[in-house]
Amino acid sequence: MNNNAMRLRGLIRKESLQIIRDPSSIGIAFFLPVLLLLLFGYGVSLDARDVAIALVVEQPGPETSSLISGFSQSGYFAPQVMLSIQEAEQAMMERRVDGIVWLRSDFAKEMRSGHSAQVSVIVNGVDANKARLVEGYVNGVWMQWLARTSEVIGRPLHIPVKVEQRIWYNPAVRSRNYLVPGLIAVIMTLIGAMLTSMVVAREWERGTMEALLVTPVRVKEILLGKIIPYFILGMGGMLLSVAMAIFLFHVPLHGSLLALTAASALFMLTAIAMGLLISTAAGSQFVAGQIAIVITFLPAFLLSGFVFDIGSMPVVIQWLTHLVPARYFVAILQTLFLAGDIWPIFLVNSAWLVLMALIFFRIIRKKSNKRLR
Amino acid sequence: MLMLRRIISLMIKEFRTLLTDKQSRMVLVVPPVVQLLVFGYAASFDLNHINYAVYNEDRGVESRQLLAGFSGSPVFVNYGTITHDSQIKPLLDTGKVLLILHVGEDFSESLHLGRPAPLQILIDGRNSNTALLALNYAQNIVLAFDGRWNRRHGGRPAPAVLIQRAWFNATLNSHWFIIVGIVALLNLVVTLEVTALSVAREREAGTFDQLLVTPMTPFEILVGKSLPGIIIGLLEASFIITLIVLWFHVPLRGNIFALYLGLLIFLLSAIGIGLMISSLAVTQQQGLMGAFLFMVPAVILSGFATPIENMPPLVQWITYLNPMRYFLVIVRSVFLQGASFDLLWSQYWPMLLIGITTLSMAALLFRKRMY
Repeated sequence: MNNNAMRLRGLIRKESLQIIRDPSSIGIAFFLPVLLLLLFGYGVSLDARDVAIALVVEQPGPETSSLISGFSQSGYFAPQVMLSIQEAEQAMMERRVDGIVWLRSDFAKEMRSGHSAQVSVIVNGVDANKARLVEGYVNGVWMQWLARTSEVIGRPLHIPVKVEQRIWYNPAVRSRNYLVPGLIAVIMTLIGAMLTSMVVAREWERGTMEALLVTPVRVKEILLGKIIPYFILGMGGMLLSVAMAIFLFHVPLHGSLLALTAASALFMLTAIAMGLLISTAAGSQFVAGQIAIVITFLPAFLLSGFVFDIGSMPVVIQWLTHLVPARYFVAILQTLFLAGDIWPIFLVNSAWLVLMALIFFRIIRKKSNKRLR
Repeated sequence: MLMLRRIISLMIKEFRTLLTDKQSRMVLVVPPVVQLLVFGYAASFDLNHINYAVYNEDRGVESRQLLAGFSGSPVFVNYGTITHDSQIKPLLDTGKVLLILHVGEDFSESLHLGRPAPLQILIDGRNSNTALLALNYAQNIVLAFDGRWNRRHGGRPAPAVLIQRAWFNATLNSHWFIIVGIVALLNLVVTLEVTALSVAREREAGTFDQLLVTPMTPFEILVGKSLPGIIIGLLEASFIITLIVLWFHVPLRGNIFALYLGLLIFLLSAIGIGLMISSLAVTQQQGLMGAFLFMVPAVILSGFATPIENMPPLVQWITYLNPMRYFLVIVRSVFLQGASFDLLWSQYWPMLLIGITTLSMAALLFRKRMY
């Protein structure tokens, strides 16, 4: 027993020295999350602001100018007034504007007569998501303006159903509030996998693994010796990221720190296990590195529910997302930050993480034993 | 002539290192195909499955007519009916429903009396994008109900109406936007994989020093090392583009030569970056880290998923250094907008500049970094 502890201590010491002497690991664990979170936290946003939009005004009048000021004061738009639809269409082709609102010359006349003036809105559908949001914003500005103007010209609107919206958990509908927790999950997947994906492959490639195997050290101890230092390193990075989310990006944390720590530790363990698994399965650092890129970053980015809603994916793909550990962490983090300790969500997703970590470690053990023979 | 032979032999050697080993061959071929299929289906902002619950306190026919608009819509899926305030929170908390429609008890009465009839929409805002889109859908259903009601009860028409239309993508299918972007995404990943380790591997093995004492000039080494990446990238991109058109049925409306010119310049710039990282690295691990360190921000800040215009000005400036940013505009414009060369010059030249700069830096670093 004493011997075991001593051997493990020796291995941890060796791995720690390697970490300290090659500063790239420390850089990955501390510097990288901070840099990425800074860049992405500010950079990744789905809240369209100051959308460039062309307002085609064929005949200026009091109605058109009040609509223009409605658009510019909304905060969503940076309207550019144009005189002809051709000019606006050209601007849209050249990607200078994302939408066109076309007020024809008979706009004011139609409004004052008994008819309905028709106002065309054309959005650039290349970015369909943005186009949808822009349509929504245009509608909002339009309805407000219409309600005001129809009173003025003596044709009050009758709106039968009054919709009252209550947006829970994120009343300001700030996309950063859900993107930043998701980013932490994506970044930590990278960190965990990057830290460990090459460490075993490196030993095999250098031949030091064989040297290690003829010593009394057991496989389990080799693995633990690799996991413990990197786990500590990874948790340090996690702590930094969470602190940044709260203090720098002002994402409200409604859940408890205890739940957050537990989930983070669980996820870190799974991410490290995934890295070790890649490292054990791959023959060389080259292949290990490539596999790490392929199976960690892109799935964490695209299949975790971080930006793309899992519920809207085809069923087969939804099953596949269950293989992406980041998925569970994204769900836990988004809920912990924005809604609080919702135990059903926390426990279900944690259970999946535990299951994944166990399976990963099981395969690593098996693979390592096999290579011993 | 001699120079050409030297370059070709280096190329052949590069291809051999990449393709002889079965594992690394698989890594180059299988993941892009699988990724295209998986991400092609997965990555979309479209909501086609909005779970909602109904909390209807009104007894009239009118509220049921309004709610029929939701149950008849293909996007909304009725999760169930609740009868009490206390049931709201657990449903929203656990994410079982995205929104709850709460019809007040005086809904029908108000409607008939011409008073605003209250409909409360409680929505889970955790994912603000989803929430806003779902609210837009809900609003449209309510507006349609309003219109029908007004017509039937002799209401006057509104003084003005909006007619909304979308160019280039009439059904606003965000799937197209993302899937076309995957051409850029996967090509960046593959080219970086191929090039970022190519110099570092030789440095680690010591064969790069040998290469430097051969008659090959740094320029020849550069060409010999970049051509395999360009060839693999072109093949892979052609395959992906074919799948996107034939399998996913995304229209390819523009000039395909404009697309390929963009692709070629994009590959050049990505290879330049890969080789530069590779020549800076001493070990393969460093090379890989470098590639990762470049790739992750390059993908996330490229406009692939979230628009560049939403970024703060400082971050927007940084994105000008990112070749993927330009190539995304090119693929999307050619595919969806039907663009040709004239609309794309502003995207070609910055990428070319990045390519030339990084390739020259790489060639310089071949010699400078000797240890």
